[in-house]
Amino acid sequence: MSEKNELKFSDSLMSFISEWKEKPGNLIMVLHKVQGELGYISREAAERVAELLDVPLAKVWGVVTFYHFFKLTKPGKHNIAVCLGTACYLKGGDKVIEAVEQNIGIGVGQVTSDGKFSLESVRCVGCCGLAPVMTVSGEVFGKVTKDMVPGILSRFE
Amino acid sequence: MAVRNYILVCGGTACESSRSKEILKALQDEAVKQGVADDIQIVQTGCFGFCEQGPIVKVLPEDSFYVKVQPSDAAELIAEHVIKGREVKRLLYDKDKASKHAQVEDIKFYQKQFRIVLRNCGFIDPENINEYIARDGYSGLERALFEMTPEDIINELKTAGLRGRGGAGFPTWMKWNFSRNVESDIKYVVCNADEGDPGAYMDRSTLEGDPHSILEAMTICGKCIGAHQGFIYIRAEYPLAIRRLEIAMKQSRELGLLGKDILGSGFDFDIEIRLGAGAFVCGEETALLQSIMGHRGMPVPRPPFPAVKGLWEKPTVINNVETWANIPVIMHKGGEWFSKIGDADSHGTKVFALTGKICNSGLVEVPMGTTLREIVFDIGGGIANGKKFKAVQTGGPSGGVITSENLDTPIDFGSLIKIGSMMGSGGMIVMDEDDCMVDVAKFYLNFTVDESCGKCMPCRIGGKTMLAILDKITAGNGTMKDMDLLTEIGETMRKSALCALGQTSPNPIISTMRFFRDEYLAHIVDKRCPAGKCKKLVTYTIDPDKCKGCTACARRCPVEAISGSIKQPHKIDTTKCIKCGTCVKVCKFGAISVH
Repeated sequence: MSEKNELKFSDSLMSFISEWKEKPGNLIMVLHKVQGELGYISREAAERVAELLDVPLAKVWGVVTFYHFFKLTKPGKHNIAVCLGTACYLKGGDKVIEAVEQNIGIGVGQVTSDGKFSLESVRCVGCCGLAPVMTVSGEVFGKVTKDMVPGILSRFE
Repeated sequence: MAVRNYILVCGGTACESSRSKEILKALQDEAVKQGVADDIQIVQTGCFGFCEQGPIVKVLPEDSFYVKVQPSDAAELIAEHVIKGREVKRLLYDKDKASKHAQVEDIKFYQKQFRIVLRNCGFIDPENINEYIARDGYSGLERALFEMTPEDIINELKTAGLRGRGGAGFPTWMKWNFSRNVESDIKYVVCNADEGDPGAYMDRSTLEGDPHSILEAMTICGKCIGAHQGFIYIRAEYPLAIRRLEIAMKQSRELGLLGKDILGSGFDFDIEIRLGAGAFVCGEETALLQSIMGHRGMPVPRPPFPAVKGLWEKPTVINNVETWANIPVIMHKGGEWFSKIGDADSHGTKVFALTGKICNSGLVEVPMGTTLREIVFDIGGGIANGKKFKAVQTGGPSGGVITSENLDTPIDFGSLIKIGSMMGSGGMIVMDEDDCMVDVAKFYLNFTVDESCGKCMPCRIGGKTMLAILDKITAGNGTMKDMDLLTEIGETMRKSALCALGQTSPNPIISTMRFFRDEYLAHIVDKRCPAGKCKKLVTYTIDPDKCKGCTACARRCPVEAISGSIKQPHKIDTTKCIKCGTCVKVCKFGAISVH
């Protein structure tokens, strides 16, 4: 499998991995770093991590698929996360999702065809006082109404 | 040199999202422009807790509490308040009391609160260790290192009566004592900062506003049990908290408060951050330890408890953020002092994230034994929009609802369990008459089913089955037999699931069935959702007497389900209607009703 794997990790990523290689329990920290660089964990990236840390690919893939935070597909340039934690749910987080879906024409878990936006629903970003909340590329927007969605998204055009 | 005014700008996540960073910058620029940069000090603090009113700016020594401040207000704040000594009335929380000092004490939101855990949040710059030290920071550690034996530390905690704030309420001293008594060359100390309960964010605010308190507490524990390595397991979704912890760790290492030979005592202790990756089950301690070790976060049977056999089979003390944040205060002020706060059942305070349909949402810290009524109506200001109170949900996906008849229950570990809920990590979600309790139960169960790790059968299959039944009920296909089945499966899960996630996930259903049986019956027998939330059970109709035929609804209907000619009463085709509610909102004549 490794012959076909053309994926190259950056120098900083490689040095992070060698720094953590001998530390017990390193796998999740390394995967975070990989996703930080590539935006997601591709099959090739998982294979490379398995090789570099000398653990079975099954173990790496098992961990990647267990945790929601690790993505298996490439997200859009701007990832939209709409909170569906309890407070946001009660205050109409589902309506915010609907509005985003109508606006950019994709559903949860999808990426727009131009690769600009991806949409996901998340459980609590810890801003319950501002419910309902959405984040775009990490920037938090609170007390979001259906009508605010186009304006928020246009800032990321 | 003493400065004339301190300006505290909230830098918690909620306020940062409302541009508090720009406000900070604008204030700094204006101070320079207006020539008072040397007379004042502008500080970015942690969360004030009153998120509803953010972004918040507080000016000392007047204690003026400015709310919903915008960057464009900076010039006026500097010119009026700092230079002329006049409060900017229009930005004050309580505009009528502008002339009076001691603003914060006047605000009802803060009156019944008592802050131990959040003592420094909103008061100090979390990125400056000296401010923490100035408020007695690290003096608890000093005492633990030089004046106390490990037994003394245990006894102090025992006197204090501190119980774990993560949910279960296990006495902290016992946990520490188990680990202390195990012979082992290596032991570990872990901070559980994997705050996964949707609707709770006190741990996030504590870490963002007062990171040193956690480092100090973990080091004290290390000294007590004989550990030299700590781990903070924190959600990757909390980048600001992670950054502030990293800064705090760097600063305390520089001052010799962390690392080798702490304060010259010969005791070594260091801390590493490990990131969570979005798995709710990792809040369960054995699953969390699996995750730190780099595995899938699946719980393992207890005993052995982590205090005896935890990380890499070594004794491991694991406490949650809020529990840790209490320790430095107990060590500094003494267990005796702490034990006097609260009621007979539980000592100290509890932080709640008060959210949902409430006027003043935010973080509140109250002495144990405060009643729910005081929190919801005095501190929280009651229900928003004049609606009627229905219930409070505590304990998140593991907890239950509390109805108006139990509003005077004192909040402590024992009393909440007696009325069928639990303390949990501190989410407190207020619901009004618009919320359907069957839907709420389904919401929580959906969450736990999604987050079940799948290891044990009762949780994996029991949860799914209960969810299928709730789906059936909310679609109008439920039968009375389903109620019995829900109870039976719930009881079985409680008894047989491997970890707390599975054992407690039936709680929201059992509790809502107990207190809102009539709502379940309405769904099952009458095929009706009283709150109008369950889409499959509601129909929209137009009252022909009220309809003026303005066509507003027909034009806005996304599925063209409304027909009728101009100035004639319209009709909704219920087979096409997707029950989105748009027509109700656009109708100016109140002609559309939901049943």
